Amino acid sequence: MNGGADLGGMMGFGPVAPEADEPLFHAPWEARALGMVVALGACGQWNIDAARSAREDMHPGDYTRTPYYAIWLKAAKRLMVEKEMLTEAEIAQGVPLIAATPIKRRLAAEDVDAMLSAGGPADRPEQGEPAFAVGDQVRTINDHPTTHTRMARYARDKVGTITKVHGFHVFPDSNAQGQGEDPQWLYQVAFSARTLWGAQGREGDSVTLDLWEPYLRTVL
Amino acid sequence: MTSHDHDHDHSHLTETEARVRALESLLSAKGYIDSAAVDRIIQTYETKIGPRNGAHVVAKSWVEPEFEAWLRRDASAAIHSLGYHSRQGEHIEAVFNADDVHHLVVCTLCSCYPWSVLGLPPTWYKSPPFRSRAVIDPRGVLAEFGLTLAPTTRVEVHDSTAEIRYLVIPQRPEGTEGLTMDQLAELVTRNAMIGTGLARAPQVAS
Repeated sequence: MNGGADLGGMMGFGPVAPEADEPLFHAPWEARALGMVVALGACGQWNIDAARSAREDMHPGDYTRTPYYAIWLKAAKRLMVEKEMLTEAEIAQGVPLIAATPIKRRLAAEDVDAMLSAGGPADRPEQGEPAFAVGDQVRTINDHPTTHTRMARYARDKVGTITKVHGFHVFPDSNAQGQGEDPQWLYQVAFSARTLWGAQGREGDSVTLDLWEPYLRTVL
Repeated sequence: MTSHDHDHDHSHLTETEARVRALESLLSAKGYIDSAAVDRIIQTYETKIGPRNGAHVVAKSWVEPEFEAWLRRDASAAIHSLGYHSRQGEHIEAVFNADDVHHLVVCTLCSCYPWSVLGLPPTWYKSPPFRSRAVIDPRGVLAEFGLTLAPTTRVEVHDSTAEIRYLVIPQRPEGTEGLTMDQLAELVTRNAMIGTGLARAPQVAS
């Protein structure tokens, strides 16, 4: 979606504000939010693409002004309500009012290390051959889905060069909507700064994006 | 800031703390999460998974040409071989700075970051100013970090739009020939591995 999360190239946010000796968490609730969101992911009720979709589906003004861990919590609550794990009334009152929904697993403390260590690889057994090879020129699609996509707006309908074939990876546009992983070939594509930004781009500078085959068309 | 503002901020924070605690209690009561597991996750990122992991990878690549070659060929395997194979580090590309190229990593769409080697991202990495400008004005962003590149150095920005995570291998500073791998790792800052900084110069003995 063309939402508030798709920030590449936007203006008006002011300078970057690096914080000297920044603490890992700025308040205890941030740490709890991180731990809860990671633990909830292990419940298996949604995938990472659905989580990203829920996080970015906010009013753009709210998105750009909300602290990151608050965005995470807001999305987690929304997903739990959608999956009928919680009701709005339960969130408001802070007590269980209806029976819990069966979940795939409840992460135990002794399983945390193994869960974090295993991660969640996104590559899948390869099917067929990649359509593009390193050095090929491609044009990105000019498509504006209302649902989740990783085809960033600033790089749509632009000609770039394949610089790496990463492998065969879960396709977020499908996975985020619960329509299956639909894995696709994933490439690193390099775009010159001039192609992306015109006169504002510096000659010689470039930006790479990692893009799935359905986002790419052959340049004849 | 006036005392009124301060009070307001303080009560707002307290309210947020209370709301998040209430949510955690609710999720525990419903059997979805175990607070001891939440504690364990937090502790892991506070004590075990952080930029020292990445600094080890960088320092090793500086002193072991075979490891450097492995990183260039298959960074995921090379990094996993050191035991750094946790979530948000399943698929990694190492990008090497040189005199003629400087790499900068961003995630314009969310906050993708190589957790397994750098830990949790700093706030600025997840915030709109960096995410919006790293791709359109990378040199302006670098200047805000106090880094001005030679005009002959091209900038290559990597927007982490998929599950590939990027680790910048900064150039080894001059005058570090005699240092051990551990001493070299001390020179490798988190920002150097994002591309918003360089490796530190060694302290000259007085």
